[in-house]
Amino acid sequence: MLYLPLQDIEASKLNIDDPEHLRIHSLETFGTHDGPGIRMVIFVQGCQFRCLYCQNPDTLDVKAGELIAIDELVQRAVRQKAYFGKFGGVTVSGGEPLLQRSKLSTLFQRLHKEGINTCLDTNGRLNDVHVHELLIHTDLVMLDVKHINEEIHRKLTGLTNKNTLALADYCESIGKRLWLRYVLVPGWTDQEQYIEEWGQRFTNFKTVERVEIIPFHQLGLHKWELLKMDYPLKDTPTPTEESKQKTLAIFNKYFDNVILK
Amino acid sequence: MKTDVTAIPFEQGEWNSTLNVYSFVVKNITPYTGNSSFLSGPSAKTINVWNATKEALAIERANNGCLAVDTETISNITAFRPGYIKKEDEVIVGLQTDVLLKRSLKPFGGIKLVESAARERGLEVSDRIKDIFKYAKNHNEGVFNAYDPEIRAYRSKHVLTGLPDNYARGRIIGDFRRLALYGADALIAFKKADFKQVSGEMTEHKVRLREEINSQIAALKDIVLMAAEYGLNISNAATTAKEAIQWVYFGYLAAVKEQDGAAMSLGNVSSFLDIYLERDLKSGLITEEEAQELVDQFVMKLRLVRHLRPASYDEIFGGDPTWVTESLGGQLNDGRTKVTKTSFRFLQTLYNLGSSPEPNLTILWSEELPEGFKRFCAQVSIDTSSIQYENDDLMRPNRGSDDYGIACCVSYQEIGKAIQHFGARANLPKALLISLNAGREEHEGTVIVKGIPELPEGPLDYDLVLDVFKRTLSDLARVYAKAMYIIHYMHDKYYYERAQMSLIDSDPRVDIAYGAAGISIIADSLAAIKYAKVTPIRNEKGLTVDFKIEGEYPQFGNDDDRPDTIAQEITHFFINELRKHQTYKNSTPTLSLLTITSNVMYGTNTGATPDGRKSGEPFAPGANPMHGRDSSGAIASLNSVAKLRYTDAQDGISNTFSMIPKSLGDTKEEQVTNLVNTIEGYFKHMAHHLNVNVLNRETLMDAYNHPEEYPQLTIRVSGYAVNFVRLSRAHQLEVIARTFHEKM
Repeated sequence: MLYLPLQDIEASKLNIDDPEHLRIHSLETFGTHDGPGIRMVIFVQGCQFRCLYCQNPDTLDVKAGELIAIDELVQRAVRQKAYFGKFGGVTVSGGEPLLQRSKLSTLFQRLHKEGINTCLDTNGRLNDVHVHELLIHTDLVMLDVKHINEEIHRKLTGLTNKNTLALADYCESIGKRLWLRYVLVPGWTDQEQYIEEWGQRFTNFKTVERVEIIPFHQLGLHKWELLKMDYPLKDTPTPTEESKQKTLAIFNKYFDNVILK
Repeated sequence: MKTDVTAIPFEQGEWNSTLNVYSFVVKNITPYTGNSSFLSGPSAKTINVWNATKEALAIERANNGCLAVDTETISNITAFRPGYIKKEDEVIVGLQTDVLLKRSLKPFGGIKLVESAARERGLEVSDRIKDIFKYAKNHNEGVFNAYDPEIRAYRSKHVLTGLPDNYARGRIIGDFRRLALYGADALIAFKKADFKQVSGEMTEHKVRLREEINSQIAALKDIVLMAAEYGLNISNAATTAKEAIQWVYFGYLAAVKEQDGAAMSLGNVSSFLDIYLERDLKSGLITEEEAQELVDQFVMKLRLVRHLRPASYDEIFGGDPTWVTESLGGQLNDGRTKVTKTSFRFLQTLYNLGSSPEPNLTILWSEELPEGFKRFCAQVSIDTSSIQYENDDLMRPNRGSDDYGIACCVSYQEIGKAIQHFGARANLPKALLISLNAGREEHEGTVIVKGIPELPEGPLDYDLVLDVFKRTLSDLARVYAKAMYIIHYMHDKYYYERAQMSLIDSDPRVDIAYGAAGISIIADSLAAIKYAKVTPIRNEKGLTVDFKIEGEYPQFGNDDDRPDTIAQEITHFFINELRKHQTYKNSTPTLSLLTITSNVMYGTNTGATPDGRKSGEPFAPGANPMHGRDSSGAIASLNSVAKLRYTDAQDGISNTFSMIPKSLGDTKEEQVTNLVNTIEGYFKHMAHHLNVNVLNRETLMDAYNHPEEYPQLTIRVSGYAVNFVRLSRAHQLEVIARTFHEKM
């Protein structure tokens, strides 16, 4: 039973209605944790994953948030361009950006015209032609593979991991730069055999530049309370130092560049 | 003078035939484009001297920030016998008095202030000195002989504040390199030649110049005597790096023995000294460790400059600063960098001796600086929060010379060719309140400006307010210019800086450095009046006590042109008004948007303002947006301040930027890269100055509660750095309340 309905119809309208506007939750002007360098981070509104540990439950509802003109976002990015340096740029995070994949194609193309680097932070919910079109205009994909086991993935997020894995394979097939992300949640994603399996699944990818381990934290708790929603992981502790180091050691067997956040 | 057979000759140039340090630097500098891996830690000698110093510093802190005061002696270049910290381990010698950290009397700025400063510490100035000043006049007395009622009114009502009319004006930077390059004898000969040139029919200017040059010659002779007491002969040019550093330091030491100016900067000596260090390293005379030892011990001495200050002074300049500002880096006009290994060595002192507010290390930042240096600077900022940045790509073309330092906090100063007269600052929000109260000061209703009409009742009309505000600013500029004329005339007359001036061209160009505080309050107040509905709440005297704001208004610090252009326009208007008036010595008006730590004092003395700031609340420091109002993130905040035009505020536009380490990235490597890009981005927007603090708010709270555990914790405030624990409790809380960019 999902704690919030999937909103399938509304979610598909999100990609079509108001093609010149993006539905966003918020903007950050000095992001240093969502992709390389200094980045303007656009948190879009709407997500169909129902992760038990969601840290931004206020970005889930596809009808909430506000509409902002794509041109305004481009203008804002241009005002910040001087700070981006060689590596920075714009990251779209969320929420789930792929729900607005066609609009993001427009945004990213305009950003590229201004010489601004683009980065997509996604859980890989979708993998259709519109997503493939968007990837053409995307410099870096940050893909959150929440669990390697289909059954646990469903329990953890409410949905399959098949699309996510397919998107990863697609990125590998077209040579799209990837950063993989993994949220370490005690009791949910810290099973050694699955972390090993996760590592094996991607170890031969030529496109993976970096893997980030993001330890679960309780900073999202107040948002669940604010939304008057029942937070399933409200009693879950943060991972121990030992667990973090163990996870890091496993990932290090499979990847050259692992960052423990 | 020992002659060194191994010395490699310097490249010859104009500097051999004329007094021209710049030519020597350009001909002989070795730009360094590598990274910091060559640097050495502190030597055993350095550790010994520094440990002894730290003990004295602890006693000073325990003794309410003042170790001892000599109340018997009027300090000058030769007044005190030599002083040492740990003689056998000191490779660079010289103290202001005969005892480490002992403060001395410099009463020519104002005997009354010196007397009260002594009294606050339970001491009394000796009868002999009191007696001397029954006959000798001082600067303070001269100024007040000439002040008029208008100036006094503006001054006593805190519209013009911190005026250097009872203490030394500071800001004048001697070209201390000259002593090392030429030696005192040659400098005296140059001065004598200048003296001869000032001949023919006399004018007031010529007479004054003749007197000035002769006092400069006397100062040079005294510097030789002072050095001789330390067993050194500085009549001739320095022959080794050790001598070059020692000669430069003696020049600086002479200045701080005679003067207690608020800010007495060092200039840009590091890359000059590098030429000597490089030569000694090449010829095998010293090792890298010894090179670092010389720099460490020189910098240690600069950390120990002390003046006797009264408590009232601490309100304006919190934390006992001395602004021994040394500029590092920048580019030469020929495209080469001024970064040398010694630029790195100076920064390395913050590791070898621990972080420190002094000397006030200032990076002249250019896009063209070598990457290794940029990264080292960012790393030092992240580790120590002790350095500041200024835009070399902006200042160099705008001001003309590539041989400059920073006077005081943030102010460009060509070295040896020009000087500046310190102008303290005007309180702009106070001026706004005067204009809203028909020319009356808001607390007591004293009339300050005549001819300002009463505004109609009800909500404030933007055009009407702008009109009365500009009329008030015009009047303020007129009176401000008069005050400055009088102050600098009298300072020259009664407290002339003969030591610094002996190392500067005899008839230098002069800037008069006016200042303004509270520009972000002005932008927000006028934006509130323009875009929201602001109604004054007045007391029975008709004076504003508060403002009712209905609706939202755009605030300075969010990269929103509506308030940002107001800040631009008012700055432009004010400097143009100041430029209309006569100045002493035909000086050129410049303006700073800077507050030091006086933003707290300004707040205390200023009633509620139309932006919603309550009566008594602190101003934002410098040109910063008001606390917490820059809510659109760090870049938007920086972009707003960057819009203030340098051409309108050539004395400097100070921005203090505080962030938590994590907000810069996950790894140290990323944090360094991101800080480099932040500084670069800000300066690409033609911004002028950036103080960088990388600190956790919790660290500051802990230091507030347990000061004894943080003796060296350094933070940047408006234009300079301070030991956090030496700030007053009010200043400490204000710093903690400032916007910390956590999620930028």
